[in-house]
Amino acid sequence: MVLKAFFPTCCASADSGLLVGRWVPEQSSAVVLAVVHFPFIPIQVKELLAQVQQASQVGVTVLGTWCHRRQEPEESLGHFLEGLGAIFSHKPWFQLCRERGSKSWSCKATHWQGPTSHAASGEDQVMLIFYDQRKVLLSQLHPPAVLPDRQAGDTTASAGGLAAVFDTVARSEALFQSDRFDEGPVRLSHWQSEGVEASILVELAKWAAGPVCLLLACLLSLVSAASACRVFKLWPLSFIWSKLSTCEQLRHRLEQLTLIFSTRKAKNPAQLMRKANMLVSVLLDVALGLMLLSWLHRKDLIGQLADALIPVADHVAKELQHLLQWLMGAPAGLKMNRALDQVLGRFFLYHIHLWISYIHLMSPFIERILWHVGLSACLGLTVALSILSDIIALLTFHIYCFYVYGARLYCLKIHGLSSLWRLFRGKKWNVLRQRVDSCSYDLDQLFIGTLLFTILVFLLPTTALYYLVFTLLRLLVVTVQGLIHLLVDLINSLPLYSLGLRLCRPYRLAAGVKFRVLEHETGRPLRLLMQVSIACILPCSSKGLREPG
Amino acid sequence: MEDEQSFSDIYGGRLALQRRCYSPSCLEFCLSCPRITLRSLTAVTCTVWLAAYGLFTLCENSMILSAAIFITLLGLLGYLHFVKIDHETLLIIDSLGIQMTSSYASGKESTTFIEMGEVKDVVINEAIYMQKVIYYLCILLKDPVEPHGISQVVPLFQGGRRQDHLCIQQKVSLGDGGILASSGRQK
Repeated sequence: MVLKAFFPTCCASADSGLLVGRWVPEQSSAVVLAVVHFPFIPIQVKELLAQVQQASQVGVTVLGTWCHRRQEPEESLGHFLEGLGAIFSHKPWFQLCRERGSKSWSCKATHWQGPTSHAASGEDQVMLIFYDQRKVLLSQLHPPAVLPDRQAGDTTASAGGLAAVFDTVARSEALFQSDRFDEGPVRLSHWQSEGVEASILVELAKWAAGPVCLLLACLLSLVSAASACRVFKLWPLSFIWSKLSTCEQLRHRLEQLTLIFSTRKAKNPAQLMRKANMLVSVLLDVALGLMLLSWLHRKDLIGQLADALIPVADHVAKELQHLLQWLMGAPAGLKMNRALDQVLGRFFLYHIHLWISYIHLMSPFIERILWHVGLSACLGLTVALSILSDIIALLTFHIYCFYVYGARLYCLKIHGLSSLWRLFRGKKWNVLRQRVDSCSYDLDQLFIGTLLFTILVFLLPTTALYYLVFTLLRLLVVTVQGLIHLLVDLINSLPLYSLGLRLCRPYRLAAGVKFRVLEHETGRPLRLLMQVSIACILPCSSKGLREPG
Repeated sequence: MEDEQSFSDIYGGRLALQRRCYSPSCLEFCLSCPRITLRSLTAVTCTVWLAAYGLFTLCENSMILSAAIFITLLGLLGYLHFVKIDHETLLIIDSLGIQMTSSYASGKESTTFIEMGEVKDVVINEAIYMQKVIYYLCILLKDPVEPHGISQVVPLFQGGRRQDHLCIQQKVSLGDGGILASSGRQK
C-alpha cells in the first residue's frame, strides 16, 4: 500500500523540528498532529508523549523530522536528523523537507534497519495529504465515544480509513494544550498556535450552566409533580385537559424544558444537536411572545378586541339565523318537508338564542379574561396561539353542537334506511354471523316496515341538507384551527440551531470529505488537500481552503 | 501526463474524455458533456414568449408578459444550476478512495467520495433504453453486515444520462493502471 502522511496545514509554515503524531498500520498512514521545535531534550519529549498517551488513549509517538530551511540541508544537519531517528526509533521514519518560500516539498520514508546499514534501508513512495486540523476536530466525522465493554486499545481496529484519522485528531485534545509560545520544556506547533480557540462567553456559560441547570431541573420536577397529582386525574378535569390544545402545548414545552435542563450530558452529537434545537426554539418562542405582548399593550389592542368581540359574536349569530331562515324556506330551489323543516329550524334557532344570551352575560368579564390570556403570551407565542385556537373553539361551540345534532340525525336516518331497505328485500342483518341473511317476515311486519321506509326516504333530503350545511360550517372552523396548529407545530419543530450552524459554521454539519490534487512536479511526492464537505441543504458552490505554501 | 479522446453519445452529441496521470498512484478521468447550444436556447425562449404573447392577446393583461420574462430567466438559472452538467471528473487515489465530482454549468460542484475499503468492485452494467442496450460503469459497495453481499450500486458519469459508455469504460478500466486491482488485494 502507498504510504500516506496526513499533515496539518497550520504546520506548513512552522520551523524545523520533530513530527509528532500517530501511525495507523492498517491504513499505512501517519497522522501528524504537531511539530516539536528545536531545542528540545529527548527525555522531556518522551515524557510529554507518555502523558498525552495516558490522558487521551491515543498512541502518540515521534514519527519523523520536519525541515523548513532556505536552502538544501547541509550534511551535518542531515546526519543530525538521521541521528534523531536512532533516538526515537519508529518504523517507518518520515523525513519531510520544504524550502522556505517555495512550493516544492520532498518526503522520504525509510525503514530503519540499524545504525550501520544505511544502504539497506528501503525507501517508499509517500503521498502527502494536507488537512485543516481545526475543521477536522470540529466536524465530528469520527465514530462515537468508546463503548464501556471494549478496551481502549482496540477501538480503532474497527474504524476504517479516514474515520481513524478523524478519531486520532479529535481525541488528542491533551496534546493541543500547550504550544510554542508557552514556557514549558517542549515547544509545539499546532492549530492552536495561531491563537487559542476559545471564547470567554462560552467558558462562562459552561461554568454557569451547572448550577443553573440543577436549579431549573428542580423547579421543573416540582411543576411536573404538581401537574401529575391525583386531583387533575378526576373525570371532568381530565376530559377538559385532554380537549384543550393549550394544555397539550404546555405539556409538550414542559417535556422539552425537562430534557434541555436535565443534568445528564448528551451522549452523542445528534442528541446535543437536538437539545440545542429545542433550546433555540423555546427562546425564539418566548421572544416572539414578548414581542406580541408589547405590541398588544402598546396599541391597547386588548381593549379594542374586547369591545369588538360582542358585536362580532352578534353578527355571527345573526348570519346563522339568516341561514336557518333560508333553510326553512326553499333553499336552492329544493322543496323541503315543511313540518320537519320547521321543527329542526326552530330547534336550532332556540339554541342560537341561548348562545347569544350566554355571550351577553359574559360581556363584562371579557376584557379581564382577555387581559390575563394576553399575559400568557410571555410563556411563548405557541401558547398564545394555542389559547387563540381554544377561544375560537369555545366561541363556535354552537356550530359544533349543530354539527353533532345534524350528524346524529343523519346517522340514525341512514341506519334506519339501510335496515328497512333490507327488510324491503326480505333480508336481515345477522349479528352473530356478521352478514346479511334472508329472513321471512310476517305480513304486518312487512307492511309497517315498508311504510316507515317510505317516510324516511321522503324525509331524507331535509336531513341531508341540514347535515351538509352544518358539516361545511364545522369544516370551516376546523380549517382555521388547523392552520393555527400548523403554525404552532412549525415553531415547535423547526431546527433553527442546525440552520444557523449551516450558515455560520458549515463544517460542523460535515457530510464527508473531498480531495483536491495540488500542483504536482515530477520527482516530488504527490500532494492532496483534504477538505471537509458540507451537507448541502442549500445549493452553493463548494468553498475551498487556502492552499498551504 | 494528459491524454484526450473524443466520443459521441447515443444522440450524436460530442463528448470528450481526458485522462491525467498525476503519479503512479493517482489518476483522473474527466468527461465533458455536450454544451448547451444557442439553437435550443433560442427555440425554448421563443416558444415561451410566443405562448405568453398569445395569452396576452386573449386576456389584455400585461402582467403575463412580465411573468413570462421572469419564468424564462428563473427557468434558465435553475436549469444551469441544477440540471446542466458541464463536466464530470473521476479521481482515483490508490488506497484512499474514488472521488466523483460533477460540475454544473453555473459553477456549482457536487462531490462524492467513496473510501477504498468500501469498494467491492467496478463493473460495466447493461441497461435497455428504448430500443437499444446501453452500457454504464458502476461501483459496487460492500455490505457491512454480510461479507459477500452488495449494499449499493453507484453509477458513474451520470451527468449526461444518455451516454453510451462502452468505449469510455474500456479506457477507464484499462487506464487505471491497476490501482483498483492492487487496492483490491488489500481488502
